[in-house]
Amino acid sequence: MDKIPILKIGHFLMVAIQVDLYDRLALSLESDLVQAVSKTGAKGVLIDISSVSIVDSFMGRILGNIAGMSKVLDAETVIVGMQPAVAITLVELGLPLKGVQTALNVEKGMELLQKKIQFTEEEEIDDDSTLQ
Amino acid sequence: MKLDTAKLLQKRKKQILELWMKNQLVDFSLREDLMSNEELTVQSEELVNILLQSLNNGNLEDVQSASFEPLYEVLETISRSRAKMGYSPRETGTFVFSLKDALLNVLQQEFKNDPVLLLEESLKVSKLIDSLGIVTFETFIKGREEVILRQTDEIAEISTPVIRVWDGIVALPIIGTLDSSRTQVVMENLLQEIVATSSSIAILDISGVPAVDSLVAQHLIKTVSATRLMGAECIISGIRPEIAQTVVHLGIDLSGIVTKATLASALRYAFSLLQLEVRKLNLKTNQL
Repeated sequence: MDKIPILKIGHFLMVAIQVDLYDRLALSLESDLVQAVSKTGAKGVLIDISSVSIVDSFMGRILGNIAGMSKVLDAETVIVGMQPAVAITLVELGLPLKGVQTALNVEKGMELLQKKIQFTEEEEIDDDSTLQ
Repeated sequence: MKLDTAKLLQKRKKQILELWMKNQLVDFSLREDLMSNEELTVQSEELVNILLQSLNNGNLEDVQSASFEPLYEVLETISRSRAKMGYSPRETGTFVFSLKDALLNVLQQEFKNDPVLLLEESLKVSKLIDSLGIVTFETFIKGREEVILRQTDEIAEISTPVIRVWDGIVALPIIGTLDSSRTQVVMENLLQEIVATSSSIAILDISGVPAVDSLVAQHLIKTVSATRLMGAECIISGIRPEIAQTVVHLGIDLSGIVTKATLASALRYAFSLLQLEVRKLNLKTNQL
C-alpha cells in the first residue's frame, strides 16, 4: 500500500503530497501524521499540496481534521502551494478551511511557521531556545 | 417533368449565365469598386454550375433535401466573402434574386406554348431562389453574430485585468456588474496571477461596481476565501458610501474581510503588512 513520507525538519514536520489522494491514503496520512506529531513533539506541520489538482469534500475535511488534531497536540499546520482550481473548488464546496493557515509556497510556509513558533518560544522561554 | 426542366436549364446554361450577367451589370447595386466584372463572372458561373448540378441530382419539390447541401455551402461561402468585402445584405440579396429573372426568362422562352407548365415550373424555381436568398441573409446575420460574440468575449477578457502594483502585491479593479460567470473569470485570473507572481497580497477594487447586493457580496466573499486558501491576503477597496449603506442594510457580514475605502489606503495597508514604508526623500541629505 502507498504511504506518504513524513519528513522531519528541525521542529517541523513536512509532508509533500505528490500522488492523487484517495480516501484510504488520506485516512492513513491523517493517523500517521498525528502519530508523528506526538512522537517527535513537532511544533509545526507543513503540508505541500502543490501537485494536487483534484480535491473533493472528503479531502477538504481530512485537511481540516489534520489541522485540528495538530492544534490539540500544540502544533501549527500550514498548507502551502494550493492550486487556483483547488482553491476555487473548496470555496464552491463551502469548505473555506477556517482555522487552517495557508501560504503560497514551501518557503513562505516555513517563514510563517518560524514566526509563529518564535512567538510561543518567547512567551514560554523554555530551555529549547536553539531554534534558528 | 422535373428532369425535363433540369435538363433544359442545363442545356441553356450559357444563356442563363449571359442573361444573369446582363441583369447584374445594369442593376444599380453593382459595385465595381468592390469586385471586378471578371471576378463577378467567375462567382456567378460557380453558383450557376452548382445550382444546375443540384437540380439534376435533386428534386425541385423539396428544396431542403440533402442534394441541395453543396449549393447552400457554395452560397454561404459567397455571401460570407461578400460580407467581408463590404457588400450590404441588400446587394448580396439582389445578386441572388437577379438570377431568378434570368431563369424565369429562359423558362418563359421554353414553355411558351404551355402556360400551365410554365406557371408550375416558374413557381418551383421561384421557391428555390427565395430559399437561396434566405440562406444569404442567414449567413450574413450569422457572421454578424460571430463578430458580436467575439467582442463580448473580448470585453469579458479585458474587463478583468490583474495589475501588479508592487513586488508581492497585485490589484484587480472590477468595473461593471459582478455576476456568477464573471466572478468565476475574476477569481481564476486573480488566483493565476497570484501564483505567477507569487504575490502574498491581492487588492480587489470595487469602485467600478455599480451596486452590491447579497449575491455580489457572496461572490466577493468567495473570491476572498479562495485567495486566502492559496495563502494570500485579500483586501477589498473602493467601497463607496452607498455600497457601505446597502451592505449594512442587507445584513451582509464582511467582518472577516479587510475592507478599505480607497485603493490608496488598501495599498498603504498592504505596505504595512509587507513591512514597507513610503517616505519623502530628504533632498538635502540625499547623496544623489
